[in-house]
Amino acid sequence: MFDDFFIRALIAGVGVAIIAGPLGCFVIWRRLSYFGDTLSHSALLGVTLAYSFSINVVFSVFIVSGIIALLLLNLQKRTKLPGDALLGLLAHSTLAIGLVIIGFLSFIRFDLMGLLFGDILAVTIQDIIIIWLGGFVILGILYFIWKSLFASTVNYDLAAAEGMKPDVSNVIFTLLLTGVIAISIKMVGVLLITGLLLIPAAMARNLSNNPQQMVIFSIFGGILSVIIGLFSSLEFNTASGPTIIVVALVFFILSLWPLKRKVALQK
Amino acid sequence: MNSLVKLENAGVYKSSKWLVRGVSFELFNGQILTLIGPNGSGKTTTAKMILKIFTADEGIVTSNTHNMAYVPQKIDIDWTLPLRVIDFMNITSHINHSQIIEALKLTGVEKLLYNEVRNLSGGEFQRVLIARAIAKKPDLLVLDEPVQGVDFTGEISLYNLIKNISDTLKCGILLISHDIHFVMSSTDHVICLNGHICCSGTPSSVAKNPAYIKLFGEHTASTLSLYEHNHDHSHSSDGSISK
Repeated sequence: MFDDFFIRALIAGVGVAIIAGPLGCFVIWRRLSYFGDTLSHSALLGVTLAYSFSINVVFSVFIVSGIIALLLLNLQKRTKLPGDALLGLLAHSTLAIGLVIIGFLSFIRFDLMGLLFGDILAVTIQDIIIIWLGGFVILGILYFIWKSLFASTVNYDLAAAEGMKPDVSNVIFTLLLTGVIAISIKMVGVLLITGLLLIPAAMARNLSNNPQQMVIFSIFGGILSVIIGLFSSLEFNTASGPTIIVVALVFFILSLWPLKRKVALQK
Repeated sequence: MNSLVKLENAGVYKSSKWLVRGVSFELFNGQILTLIGPNGSGKTTTAKMILKIFTADEGIVTSNTHNMAYVPQKIDIDWTLPLRVIDFMNITSHINHSQIIEALKLTGVEKLLYNEVRNLSGGEFQRVLIARAIAKKPDLLVLDEPVQGVDFTGEISLYNLIKNISDTLKCGILLISHDIHFVMSSTDHVICLNGHICCSGTPSSVAKNPAYIKLFGEHTASTLSLYEHNHDHSHSSDGSISK
């Protein structure tokens, strides 16, 4: 009924949504949306390096964004530059460096739109294996550090005082975030990854009253957005990444309904 | 009595100044030790040193327990985080349901178990914070102004509760409080801080100490007979020491 590439895109997309759900919640809770943006912008640099040295894209993005992430964590502690300015500085300079390097690599044909906004046609069996295996590892580690990470999200001092080692879980979480960005770059592209992390989680917030519930709603919201988004992109011949994000946005807007009712009742 | 934590000449240096320096004391099981002092005198910093949130930049902090519970001065729960009281009770450890209820009953907020934390009033949240710390059954309990925002009658019962906990759990309590009445009537040892230890001892000896009178004014000490004194230093308005 459907072409192979479409089935592959579905399997890959659902995998990405499952991983993005829980991590997206933490991105919202910890106010890391710009942090996520910076990491995904720097992913472009990783992609170009992968092409230059013909190494695996996911691996290269993970390494480059991982270095940027650790650099950021370190700089945030040392510099007097405000956090958002620092993030903007790194986000746009790494994006610019990536684009400049693409200019130099004139012998390789780049699908720039695909890099920036995702390309379902390009998803291979190998990508699916990387997404599901990588996702399994990422969620496994997240499960392992959940208690410590969640405690430090609620209150750093409390977590530190009661032996939760918040600094360790913060660094691990940052690397997990980098991992998600690396494996989902092909699906949604550099510019929209943060959207896939944030929007289903934001929708889930409107519907839930405890953290576990929010994570579950966020996963299901993401899966639905991916499925409906991919079908729509096939139907309307639009780019897959933006279509998925638009569907997620529609879900978010729908999720505002019960909230409004509750507010009205309270008045 | 076992020593829970010992500070030897400890100090914290941040943003090119000493927040607190030369602090030495020891805290034992079953003891309530209170830190008093004006704003910015290093009370919270000292507590954070004990809790290992800050590492001492000089001196030594030795602790003989890992089972500590902390009631911080202020916690803001972000709107984006859906968190009920029951979730909050379990954030750093796993406490069984009946113990959670029991602890919440002690602070009078057991009805709020399934309420979202961000909808609680300041006083209610403060009671939840104390209940969470108690439910952990810690060896060392650190309370940083635990009754702020709590109504008057609640304040008295919470202070009684704190006193009872040190008896029943046999834990050590480090308390930061502005409530001179409770400090003077119910705590074992008082340390008066102002960037360093100005004076310390039993409540009655501290109340008579000139350094204490100097910091808190004559009226707080007016009921106590004035004590003839010689102090080796005085403080200017910013807390720095002028000989």
